[in-house]
Amino acid sequence: MTPAPDAPPRDETAERWGDAVRAARLVAVDPAGIGGIVLRAHAGPVRERWLALLQGALAEGTPLRRLPVRAGDDRLLGGLDLAETLRLGRPVLERGLLADCDGGIVVAAMAERMTAGTAARLAAALDTSSVHLERDGLAARLTTRIGVVALDEGIAEDERPPPALAERLGCHLDLTPVGVTASEDLSAALEGTEETAAARSRLGRVAVDGEILAALVAAAAALGIGSLRAPSLALKAARAAAALDGRDQVAPEDAELAARLVLAPRATCLPALPEDTAPEEDQAEEPDEAPEDDADTPAGEDDSEPDRLEDRVLAAAAAAIPADLLALLNLSQGGRRPPRASGPAGAPQKSLSRGRPLGTRQGRPGGGVRLNVVETLRAAAPWQPVRRARQGDDAAADTGRRVLVRPDDFRINAFKQRSESTAIFLVDASGSAALHRLAEAKGAVETLLADCYIRREQVALIAFRGQTADLLLPPTRSLVRAKRSLSGLPGGGGTPLAAGIDAGVALAEALSRKGRTPILVLLTDGRANIARDGSPGREQAGADALAAARAVHLAGLPALLIDMAPRPQPAAQALAMAMAARYLALPHADPGTVSQAVRVTAAEAA
Amino acid sequence: MPSVFPFAAIVGQDEMKLAILIAAVDPKIGGVLVFGDRGTGKSTAVRALAALLPKMRAVVGCPYGCDPDKPGGHCEVCQVDDAPNGRLKSRQVPVPVVDLPLGATEDRVVGALDLEQALTRGRKAFEPGLLARANRGFLYIDEANLLEDHLVDLLLDVAASGENVVEREGLSVRHPARFVLVGSGNPEEGELRPQLLDRFGLSVEVTTPTDLATRIEVVRRRDAFEGDPDGFAEDWAKEEAKLRRRVVAARKRLDGVSVPDAALERAARLCLSLGTDGLRGELTLVRAARALAALDNRPAVSDDQLRRVAPPALRHRLRRNPLDDAGSTTRVGRAVAELFDV
Repeated sequence: MTPAPDAPPRDETAERWGDAVRAARLVAVDPAGIGGIVLRAHAGPVRERWLALLQGALAEGTPLRRLPVRAGDDRLLGGLDLAETLRLGRPVLERGLLADCDGGIVVAAMAERMTAGTAARLAAALDTSSVHLERDGLAARLTTRIGVVALDEGIAEDERPPPALAERLGCHLDLTPVGVTASEDLSAALEGTEETAAARSRLGRVAVDGEILAALVAAAAALGIGSLRAPSLALKAARAAAALDGRDQVAPEDAELAARLVLAPRATCLPALPEDTAPEEDQAEEPDEAPEDDADTPAGEDDSEPDRLEDRVLAAAAAAIPADLLALLNLSQGGRRPPRASGPAGAPQKSLSRGRPLGTRQGRPGGGVRLNVVETLRAAAPWQPVRRARQGDDAAADTGRRVLVRPDDFRINAFKQRSESTAIFLVDASGSAALHRLAEAKGAVETLLADCYIRREQVALIAFRGQTADLLLPPTRSLVRAKRSLSGLPGGGGTPLAAGIDAGVALAEALSRKGRTPILVLLTDGRANIARDGSPGREQAGADALAAARAVHLAGLPALLIDMAPRPQPAAQALAMAMAARYLALPHADPGTVSQAVRVTAAEAA
Repeated sequence: MPSVFPFAAIVGQDEMKLAILIAAVDPKIGGVLVFGDRGTGKSTAVRALAALLPKMRAVVGCPYGCDPDKPGGHCEVCQVDDAPNGRLKSRQVPVPVVDLPLGATEDRVVGALDLEQALTRGRKAFEPGLLARANRGFLYIDEANLLEDHLVDLLLDVAASGENVVEREGLSVRHPARFVLVGSGNPEEGELRPQLLDRFGLSVEVTTPTDLATRIEVVRRRDAFEGDPDGFAEDWAKEEAKLRRRVVAARKRLDGVSVPDAALERAARLCLSLGTDGLRGELTLVRAARALAALDNRPAVSDDQLRRVAPPALRHRLRRNPLDDAGSTTRVGRAVAELFDV
């Protein structure tokens, strides 16, 4: 394939770039089969070059469209074509961006900011190869065989595209460490559209024997990948690789490439490689050689035994697991990776942020109020014959087929902006009482979540200990997610009360801007001993905590302070005063009482 | 319609398959909710349900697919129709399994003024929505936890009353909308509202299989299906027909299956020990056990059936106990073991 056989040994970034180029070519051959690519990279020349390569590799006439991050359903799925409907006087369907891209690729910008709702719509299109439209009085099923390239500009570990989408996109690439020079080296070698078209036509004939399929599934299992979509997608990628190489049979090299591009980035644990069959250097070299010499060598490789093949595929994947992921895996002992929020502060799902649609009512559009076209047309429809008759003969010729709409037909969308509350738990995880308090807080969070759906409350949790405050649970409604991130919560160390309150206020303000009502729930005994600047010392720490508490009052945030010391503490009372918070001494608080108190505070705030 | 993966070809996931079969045998149980990991074939299984259902008789021209043997079944169209010799014309139709896609607007769900007729002919006509189409059949919501709130409210209302009342745009229409809800989703996307959860008769938790041979078989069949959907369906047509016959036979036997007092008592004791809310749990448990007995060709409900259907019938009805870290499946399992194994 692309790299010259006698190329000098390349460093890791060059390898990454090479893989990225290969992935682009595979997806160009079979976008709908492989599903697409998650491309983690900063906006910049490297990403632009990669996108240009992808475009160049696509067969002639293949659509490639960009999906903006907050595309509405009418653009995404389709809806009523206003201009045509008015011109023709009958409802006309306008296809959405997804259906428009049938056979091609949708490039989703800023995928790390994508809402779960948008991701689910894309996922449905990927799963069923169609867009099922039930909107604006129209029903349709539009063929939509697409691949999705999710551009992930996330920086923090938890800024990722929604898992429901990432799961369905075959290749996961990370170009962040690739420099501009590295990206120059292979781009010229890429051949273009004709090769892709040939491979596309060959794709249907490419056969896979059972061994290779089994090897891919086994490799996925050894890497701790639960979902069976991963090996299926890897199989598709291997097929595309064979087709691109002009073969009708998937060779072990194709499987290795697929394992590297599809399986390795999804690994959740390190495989135990059999020592005799997979020496160190073998692992390191194979990924490099595999792509270029497959035309000559498969005959020699074919007589390898099944175990051997499995190991080869696994080794290829293991070698390609990125170093940073390795560190992470070692750290967590092969445990689960931390759950990801859909945004830094848990971007609310679409249905939550728009308020509750209350239907439509008569009124003028403008000033942020949106005209509801379908309802407007419905309002105008019954009057058409009458209006036409009134119009007189002179205008009849002109307006013969048009719909006559009057201002009093206008219907606008009405939303009830329900203010949904988010309870932010600020938990003092310091000192000896930490374990006890944490258990209470965890119980309270879970109790609240367990019966808060009706009012759509969310819960977040910040724990402070040592010198910092950490957002352990971004605002969420998911009990599963909450349970997972709350298990194994560490405790002990100093009490940076001021830092904790500051973190709470910052999160609360971010939530307020999103139209939610935050409630601060501080669980502490009020005895701070770490100041804002991280230095120890009771006096300064106490003063800082009071200052932070006053900021809560100034920001007008409803707050609740739960004093969990064995005896009520004056320090905690003073803190509550400064925060203008409800004070509750609960030495033996049970989760039920805590969540009850939170609910009362929330009701007052609303 | 894109071609559908045959139900018979689904590898493993026995509890999910069992629950769907039970729902197919006795729709009165109230549908299935499938919750679980990604990539486990949740929606594949639900979409395969349609092929297992025997056809039903429906009145010709009725937009709600009314049953001809139950005239006066609330439908305005059928009532108005003065049929000759008191008999409405009917024909065999497939039981509807209607998809409620994400992004559906309210007018398409409940039905609305027919825009086309209104614009072109100035006629005020009602265009039935998805609820009308789902009448007497199944309504499937993929990603049920992402459904917009106002649609959930609406579904709950209609599901409770069995009737869809439309009052909009000067239209005043009411039509029967009795449907079985089938939902699927991933718990990481958020929880379901308890009211909606309660609407589902059975709830199934699916996880990815861990056994390598099973995993290989899943990928192999998926690959075969995607390579040649029609050929694959043909290969499985015999198995699929067998399954369909089993469902049809079970439906016929259903009324004949007896529920001994001992089984009723067992069911009541189980629900008591688990502290399930309301009587719905008990009713569902017994009904599901009966449907399973019909599927198994047994004359009466026994412990075996109760034991097998207890987890799907009860796990979503337990009161949450945040201090008990064990999942609800474990809790049901524990209660079943305590009660049945003494």
